[in-house]
Amino acid sequence: MINIRDWGAGIWERSSKTTRIFIALGWIALAASLPFLGGTWLNTPIADYGAVLVFPIAIYTIMALGLNIVIGKSGLLDLGYVAFFAIGAYTAGILSTKTHLNTWEILPIGIAMAMFAGLILGVPALRLRGDYLAIITLGFGEIVRITALNVNAIGGANGIVGIPSPPSVFGIEYTFDNHRVYYWTFLLIIFLTIWMIRRLSVRRAGRAWESIRQDEDAAELLGVPTFRYKIWAFVLGASVGGAAGVLYASKALFISPDNFTLQVSILILACIVFGGMGNIWGVIIGAVILGYLPDRIRFISDARMLVFGIVLVLMMNLRPDGVLPRKKREKALPEKRQA
Amino acid sequence: MGGLSLGFIYVLIALGYTMVYGVLRMINFANSEIFMLGTFGTVIVIRDFYGFTQASDPASGARLILILVSCLVASMIISGVVSVLVEMIAYRRLRNRGSNKLAPLISAIGMSIVLSESVRILTDSRYVGSPRVLEKKPIGQIFGADIRIDNAIIIVAGLILYIALNQFVSRTRLGKAIRAVSMNEEAAKLMGVNLNFVVSGTFLVGGLMTGAAGFFFVMKYENTVFNVGFSLGIAAFTAAILGGIGNIRGAFYGGILLGLIETYASFFLGTQWKAVTVFIVLVFVLYFRPNGVFGEAITQTRA
Repeated sequence: MINIRDWGAGIWERSSKTTRIFIALGWIALAASLPFLGGTWLNTPIADYGAVLVFPIAIYTIMALGLNIVIGKSGLLDLGYVAFFAIGAYTAGILSTKTHLNTWEILPIGIAMAMFAGLILGVPALRLRGDYLAIITLGFGEIVRITALNVNAIGGANGIVGIPSPPSVFGIEYTFDNHRVYYWTFLLIIFLTIWMIRRLSVRRAGRAWESIRQDEDAAELLGVPTFRYKIWAFVLGASVGGAAGVLYASKALFISPDNFTLQVSILILACIVFGGMGNIWGVIIGAVILGYLPDRIRFISDARMLVFGIVLVLMMNLRPDGVLPRKKREKALPEKRQA
Repeated sequence: MGGLSLGFIYVLIALGYTMVYGVLRMINFANSEIFMLGTFGTVIVIRDFYGFTQASDPASGARLILILVSCLVASMIISGVVSVLVEMIAYRRLRNRGSNKLAPLISAIGMSIVLSESVRILTDSRYVGSPRVLEKKPIGQIFGADIRIDNAIIIVAGLILYIALNQFVSRTRLGKAIRAVSMNEEAAKLMGVNLNFVVSGTFLVGGLMTGAAGFFFVMKYENTVFNVGFSLGIAAFTAAILGGIGNIRGAFYGGILLGLIETYASFFLGTQWKAVTVFIVLVFVLYFRPNGVFGEAITQTRA
């Protein structure tokens, strides 16, 4: 089977700097022009195509990129990622309705809150490994959701209504039904996130995560402060999730605990594994496909989640490493069985 | 008493998780849907096979016993068969290829979506009530608390199933093979254990236990819905971790402990906080006793 990932990487490595810039600009232009392709076969029946691009596709992509730092890069299974999304969204919801701060001022606060939550969860949880970590994070996600559901000061089951839209920037107006503007804003955030992850991956932090993922004990013995880098991965992942939450709240204008169930965490995990764990482009493709598919096949309305499930099973059986797997040399060594 | 019978339902589902985890070191995400299908098995037998309606009188005597036993068997068989199918479709190919650990997780999630969505479409997302077969009268008192007959049946039958499973795992050939594989897969293979057969057997046994839980659930609450497995599945999984996953005795104590904690927590703090209490208990247990109460060495377990 052709490895599309290696093929793409090969082209990239052989190109000169100018060609690279053109390739990158081409992709950016393609991504930015997506809202104009609504009339073609890409159109989503029933759901508004422009809205689908913003949520779920763009939001899923941001979250999948964030979670990829935790799962794909460092190999820490986090099933409660939605908690950080929820914390970002609730920070935006509370601050924008109770104070006069606008979305852009709240964004750093939301990110900070999510990072802080990541730290609080990470310090006890990251001492555990594997499935136990998965369950602790899952529990954390549920605790956040149930707390939001039961504390009436933050809306309880009704959630928070009337979150203001972001104020205009450079004369660009954000209105609820102008999906393109939101889409381009989110696209910018996505590019920022990609840039951040790519920079980190080739530096000390990226190497440390890679070594932790492949063999944590060996990394520790070779002097990598594994615990500290695991916390870093967690906190960075949380910050991206928090940013996605703030943006989601300012787009949706309304949030309730129902938006932050375990299913969201699992879906984002599915995006990562489906697309190709650890590979940014694979993860993006996974998020776009899994965000887009349920709306594209909405015409078979009742069975669309059924088809979605079948696609997941088939896909995992046929290409267990995802659509665009990570480079071969980055693959972990065959796993050692524990006695 | 209600807490104890809820605890036994958790024990049986947790056994489903723990059996699979013990052998494959993987969370079976589809187990909650296997439970859900078990609940529907009971409802179908009561409603369609015996022709009960909401208006008909509860059965009694030998007929009652016959109905209950056949429901239990039907639920167990449905869940057991589906469980084996899940293993064949979602796990086998990936396992034999030795792919990364998350791929089977996702395909199991896919299976779980497929199962729950098919049932959702078939039932129009509605709750399906089960006609009352067993008249729920108290049969006695302990310390002033009524013992309801359904709770008593769940506790006794749950205990019997648990003991039967224990005997199965420690006495029979397949049980020994399961233990061998969960200790050391490679060594077991070298000793001539048929791995595929053992894994299927494990899923079957786990499915049977989970299906029995489905029957008890319907008997206790008298309704079911396509996503009933979700919350119970999480709770049962918590129970399995609480006791130490991969460990049959752990699932037993964890389930009962969790049932009691949940019931007391909803009494003191209100029902809406009970899930939070459960998870906080779990966090503390893992933090201070990272092996679970009866578990394996946890810090060495890998993702």
